Amino acid sequence: MAERLRVHVDPDKCQGHARCKALAPELFELDEYGNAHEVGDGTVPTGLEDKAWLAKSNCPEIAIEVTEE
Amino acid sequence: MSDVSQPAAHPPVTDWLHDFDHTDPHWTEDPFPIWDQMRAASPVVHTERFLGCYLPTTYEAVRQIANDTESFSSRRIIVRDERPEVAKNAAPPITSDPPDHKPAKQLLLPPFTPDAMKKLEPRVRAICNELIDEFIADGKVDAAARYTKHVPVRAIAHMLGIPESDGDLFIKWIHMILELSIKNEMMLKQAAEEMTNYFAGHVEARRKTPGDDLISYLLNARDKNGQPLEDSHIYGSLRLLLIAGIDTTWSAIGSSLWHLAKTPADRERLIAEPELMPIAVEELLRAYSPVTMAREVVKETTISGCPVKPGNMVLLSFPAANRDPRMFPDADKVVLDRRENRHAAFGLGIHRCVGSNLARMEMQVAIEEWLKRIPDFRLDPAGTVTWSQGTVRGPRQLPFLLGKAM
Repeated sequence: MAERLRVHVDPDKCQGHARCKALAPELFELDEYGNAHEVGDGTVPTGLEDKAWLAKSNCPEIAIEVTEE
Repeated sequence: MSDVSQPAAHPPVTDWLHDFDHTDPHWTEDPFPIWDQMRAASPVVHTERFLGCYLPTTYEAVRQIANDTESFSSRRIIVRDERPEVAKNAAPPITSDPPDHKPAKQLLLPPFTPDAMKKLEPRVRAICNELIDEFIADGKVDAAARYTKHVPVRAIAHMLGIPESDGDLFIKWIHMILELSIKNEMMLKQAAEEMTNYFAGHVEARRKTPGDDLISYLLNARDKNGQPLEDSHIYGSLRLLLIAGIDTTWSAIGSSLWHLAKTPADRERLIAEPELMPIAVEELLRAYSPVTMAREVVKETTISGCPVKPGNMVLLSFPAANRDPRMFPDADKVVLDRRENRHAAFGLGIHRCVGSNLARMEMQVAIEEWLKRIPDFRLDPAGTVTWSQGTVRGPRQLPFLLGKAM
């Protein structure tokens, strides 16, 4: 079975480009200023792994970490 | 006052590596091979022009500078022949350094979130179709003069609560501030004064009768001490929103349509695969990034091994970074479905463009509505495409023939 993924946005690095929200709306939310954070505890539901990696590889600030558990 | 349409000439460039000039006609026309030549030579190049100016050529060098707000100040954001004293609250937050930057930026962020832009989208879609209605039957059009320019003008006027019909005034000020002022400082002063006078009437009207617009929003805003914003801050931010909201997106939409006019395969693919549009917009933003901001070196430091010295300006070229082949495979090609695209078109670090969500929405809507109504178009061989000069790059004349080629 595949490893479970978890996403995390580093709030000190995020500048609100909102690419993660556009590419993976199931995994990321924006606050009132448009800055991103992960949905819930960041656990990536099965089937959305590709979106997690896509969000990471499109963040201009390299603010997104994807960890395998 | 000198002729508004004829900025002073600079000597032509013969050595791009040691004497570059971003206002040289060769650069304005086609900067890409120049950046490639510079990047192959050094991650940072320097010119004595503009009282001393560096240009980072790689993505990494641009990233380092954008993230180093101690060594590089944003108090001057346009590289000019002159460097007069800095005005207070010139255009916050883009001209602000820490610690003033954060509160000034947080003030402007809520009206520009993706959700806020979704609410504006139907109006922008209507604007695009009203514009297309005016020329589609003609069979030919200068798309810059009659389409790309007006989409952001009308959208930001709508948001600010000022008449969309005043667009020609806004365009004049932007031309004076972003292009002519590079070589004629008076242009900046004159345009800033005219803009302040223009906004004064609207600000007074909103003080009496608040509305659901950005002017009223700024008048209601409070600073970190709970006090209303200083007038200079309100007018500075209004100037910023008007200037930054128009020229940039006008240019991005224009460059995108220019690309699609001369690349039928990409045009056909976008029409056949409309779901590709959001990711294609990112690629068009990467390939034809309109905005090059400036910084001023205020502390001696080293960028990618290159020493940089205070007293020089920096042409922080996000467009050149976005063409760095070490960052983007096939950097010189438009790959509509580019999967990994950390482009820097909206800047990097704390000065990330406040209006990026607005710009993306306007670009997507303007290209979508154009392709729906005008799926076939090409450059008019009888016309000439011209490009703006300086801080923002985009087509200012964009002659198209509409319909299938005979």
